[in-house]
Amino acid sequence: MTPLAAMAEPGAARGKTDAPVRIACRDLNFHYGASRALKDITLDFYDRQVTALIGPSGCGKSTLLRCFNRIYSLYPEQRATGEIILDGRNILSPSVDVNELRSRVGMVFQKPTPFPMSIYDNVAFGLRLYERLPRSELDGRVEAALRRAALWDEVKDKLKEPGTGLSGGQQQRLCIARAIAQRPEVILLDEPTSALDPISTGKIEELIDELRAEFTIVIVTHSMQQAARISQYTAFMYLGELVEFGPTSRIFMNPREKRTHDYVTGRFG
Amino acid sequence: MAAVPAHLSACEAVPWRRVRRQRRVADRLMRVLCVAFTAVGVFALGWILAMLAWEGVHALSPRIFTEATPGPGSEGGGLANAIVGSLVLTFLGIAIATPIGVMAGTYLAEYGKASRLATTIRFVNDALLSAPSILIGLFVYTVMVQPMGSYSGWAGAVALAIIATPVIVRTTEDMLRLVPSTLREAGAALGAPPAIVIRSITWRAARAGMVTGIVLALARIAGETAPLLFTALNNSSWFNANLLGGVSNLPVTIFQFALSPYPNWQQLAWAGALLITVAILALSVSARLLLRRRTTR
Repeated sequence: MTPLAAMAEPGAARGKTDAPVRIACRDLNFHYGASRALKDITLDFYDRQVTALIGPSGCGKSTLLRCFNRIYSLYPEQRATGEIILDGRNILSPSVDVNELRSRVGMVFQKPTPFPMSIYDNVAFGLRLYERLPRSELDGRVEAALRRAALWDEVKDKLKEPGTGLSGGQQQRLCIARAIAQRPEVILLDEPTSALDPISTGKIEELIDELRAEFTIVIVTHSMQQAARISQYTAFMYLGELVEFGPTSRIFMNPREKRTHDYVTGRFG
Repeated sequence: MAAVPAHLSACEAVPWRRVRRQRRVADRLMRVLCVAFTAVGVFALGWILAMLAWEGVHALSPRIFTEATPGPGSEGGGLANAIVGSLVLTFLGIAIATPIGVMAGTYLAEYGKASRLATTIRFVNDALLSAPSILIGLFVYTVMVQPMGSYSGWAGAVALAIIATPVIVRTTEDMLRLVPSTLREAGAALGAPPAIVIRSITWRAARAGMVTGIVLALARIAGETAPLLFTALNNSSWFNANLLGGVSNLPVTIFQFALSPYPNWQQLAWAGALLITVAILALSVSARLLLRRRTTR
């Protein structure tokens, strides 16, 4: 399926919204040691919309995603400057508690990362960190998250079994359940389907479209078809710069920049 | 066979064949040498084990486990006090070494990483890993036995712990480094502080490997003689729960009995040597099984 053919699908057509801005990125720069990976990125992410970050390998799309929960700060040589405003606060400011930030901004990685514990404990992990819940309520939250991630029916009889025993697609949905169980405002997805088969990919994509009702979603993807299928907004990045941002249908049908046009028509990348 | 084209057969002139023969000879010679030296090594090991099994099995009897070590010139006797003492000293040594080793290994892998302090600790640890064990015995003799005025079980356990610690530090660090960093990121991404990520994710992921390291350290110290010679030394009474005095143990008993002129002592030394070898073998095998179970899962 070409990106243009995907435009005919309903999910992508709902491009225009007047949704409020959830995350505002202002003059964001990012450095890995001495090398500059992001250059003056200014970009808005709209509330309860799916925004896709696309671009060739090394363009900085994953780096940008990793700024929104400051996960990069695990590595001392990485630093970001500029502003990322979430709910009126600059989350890059040192006064922000990164752990609290991360409980509000969930993340799902390229390779499924189930923890070495039971399926139940995987989902309950994030809940136990910040909330003291009675057992019955915890059970309820775990079940709700697993249902929301379309995994409940497959695992309801083996909640005590290790999460690592699930298939790749199930593991990825477990990771999504784990992220949404905390009821974050934003969910970051870093190429969540690149390690999965087409059927699992389809399930995850459907899921992302459903989750849009509650969460602001930012997804990094290598697949332009995927961006076209599931996102309302698309940002095209190249060599650390934001080349073009706009409603997904416009980016794919009527790009303003020649580089965007060349990329989405498959001329490079 | 099809006729070889003229231009190819021309290439097959004499020098080519000679090189080929030289290489074949060199190859055979190399192989013979490798096999021969392997055979020498295996033969020596086999001889030791066979002799040990032969002499040890003959010396084994229920008395070994029920009677204490005999005095000089007396008949019979067993190794019960030495076996109990060895168990107590070894497990006490591991009990001291495990928390230190696991915490230090965790520091190196999770916090220190490439920092100057961590690099220094790693260097010192590697030096300690290969330190002669008699040196450690002398060290503990100087800092514990002399000031306390007597050989003691505590001193023996501390000496064994000093030998076990670097092994545990090293394996803990190595095993934690095998845990993919995406798993730590996934924990951090849920808002878990590093201490919780380490405790409930990283340690858990590396658990089998870390336990294997501890079991290997146990096997290492179970047969150590030199550090005990200067510390726990010996005690001929049957069961001695007092770790402030000397504590009899298998390695030192074997050492003393094997060198003695009494036939019953020499027999007991063989039995003790067999027991220790079997115990260490069992520990090593169980460590391997643990690791294999981890890798197949």
